[in-house]
Amino acid sequence: MNSMFRFLKSLFLLELFGGMRVTGRHFWRKKITLHYPEERAPVSPRFRALHAQRRYANGEERCIACKLCEVVCPAMAITIESAQREDGSRRTTRYEIDLTKCIFCGFCEESCPVDSIVETHVYEYHGESRDELLMTKEKLLAVGDKYEAQIAAARAQDAKYR
Amino acid sequence: MEMIQAALGWLPMWLQVLMMIVLKIVVILIPLMLSVAYLTYAERKVIGYIQVRIGPNRVGPIGLLQPIADAVKLIFKEIIVPAGSDKLLFLLAPILAMAPALAAWAVVPFQPGMVLADVNAGLLYILALTSMGVYGIIIAGWASNSKYAFIGAIRSAAQVVSYEIAMGFALVGVLVAAGSLNLGQIVLAQSGSILHWFWLPLLPLMVVYFISGVAETNRAPFDLAEGESEIVAGFHVEYSGTPFAVFFLAEYANMILIATLSAVLFLGGWLSPFQGIPGLAEGALGAPSMLWLFIKVAFFLFLFLWFRATFPRYRYDQVMRLGWKVFIPITIVWLLVVAGMVVGELPPWFA
Repeated sequence: MNSMFRFLKSLFLLELFGGMRVTGRHFWRKKITLHYPEERAPVSPRFRALHAQRRYANGEERCIACKLCEVVCPAMAITIESAQREDGSRRTTRYEIDLTKCIFCGFCEESCPVDSIVETHVYEYHGESRDELLMTKEKLLAVGDKYEAQIAAARAQDAKYR
Repeated sequence: MEMIQAALGWLPMWLQVLMMIVLKIVVILIPLMLSVAYLTYAERKVIGYIQVRIGPNRVGPIGLLQPIADAVKLIFKEIIVPAGSDKLLFLLAPILAMAPALAAWAVVPFQPGMVLADVNAGLLYILALTSMGVYGIIIAGWASNSKYAFIGAIRSAAQVVSYEIAMGFALVGVLVAAGSLNLGQIVLAQSGSILHWFWLPLLPLMVVYFISGVAETNRAPFDLAEGESEIVAGFHVEYSGTPFAVFFLAEYANMILIATLSAVLFLGGWLSPFQGIPGLAEGALGAPSMLWLFIKVAFFLFLFLWFRATFPRYRYDQVMRLGWKVFIPITIVWLLVVAGMVVGELPPWFA
């Protein structure tokens, strides 16, 4: 009896029609594709992408060459050299992040005592050579100057959880 | 039609006839090629929608120029002929796959009297030509001199030969029911109303015919000839550029052909579904027209795409079992039933 039932079930393709009903229903479902260049996925304030160095409001660079980020970096992507400036303050003469090594863990940002090195929300960038992906101090400061408003807003939003 | 004939009046008679035939062929083939192009687009869209995606939408408005872009890309790609291949056969194979798919359109009636060749043995001609397509695949597999292509070709040959039988029996059912091999006569034998169409008395044969058609065109879930998970791409692994495009065209032209034949043989071809319904049949809705044929063809083509988006590929022994142990018995039994219905002059179909 059971085998008879099974035979009829497979002869009339019941399971297959069931499958077609499922796919047929999905045909009418709302599509979830994001039209990327026109639409973007929302980005968290903690999002970690391209690095930047920040400045104080008076234009002075924040970094004091403490080298904590260089020490904490698990990928050893950061290289720092420092010297005394004419006014006697301790500053970096060289600050480089190799983006081909960086794993975007955000430890550099967490370790920084003066909130100098930060990660911005800029995730659309490219380099055609390794040199272009080596972020020098000038490049990092330029990124910081360009996106300061966004960086500050993201830090302010996240401040109460820190 | 008459105008063109008059314009050609100064030519010798044989040339006039030849030019008219060539003209008709062009009028059939150009829309067919366009349908093939846009069937690939429809396939990507439909499968995308079923997978909750949106499909191609970048080239032209809502992606409408995508098939053109694909065609241009394929045409400008390099044609690679493998060193160990048989060059003549290698380049002949795509043509052999394509030609029958196009030639079969000669006997397809689009509207009353609108057919390229009003052949009395139209059904036999169709059966003969759809079987020819497999030569292209076998020769492609052989000439490529590659084990994957060869296995794909062998699989495809065995599969097409097995399903041919079930398909042939399903066509015999139509032949018995209509009492004619002429496709136009078969459509006319179905006139009356939507209930007079052969889909009702020949329902099992229609299902068997269409599924065998899917198997015959090597479409999912019967695409073992390609089987990319086990034999890379089957018979056309070694093909690139234009020859590959021709195989692609042949596959889709075959799909359209099978869909058209299903519509002509079982869903009343050009007949209107409103025929015979009082109140609706009088106006333009009830009139027989090419448009009804196209709507029915579109329905079957949608089924092709729906199947592909739904079913996983059959295992090889399952394909063979389905063909030999399920379809052939069903068609033979139903042939007897149809014969009984015809002899008993069962209304409303055979009275």
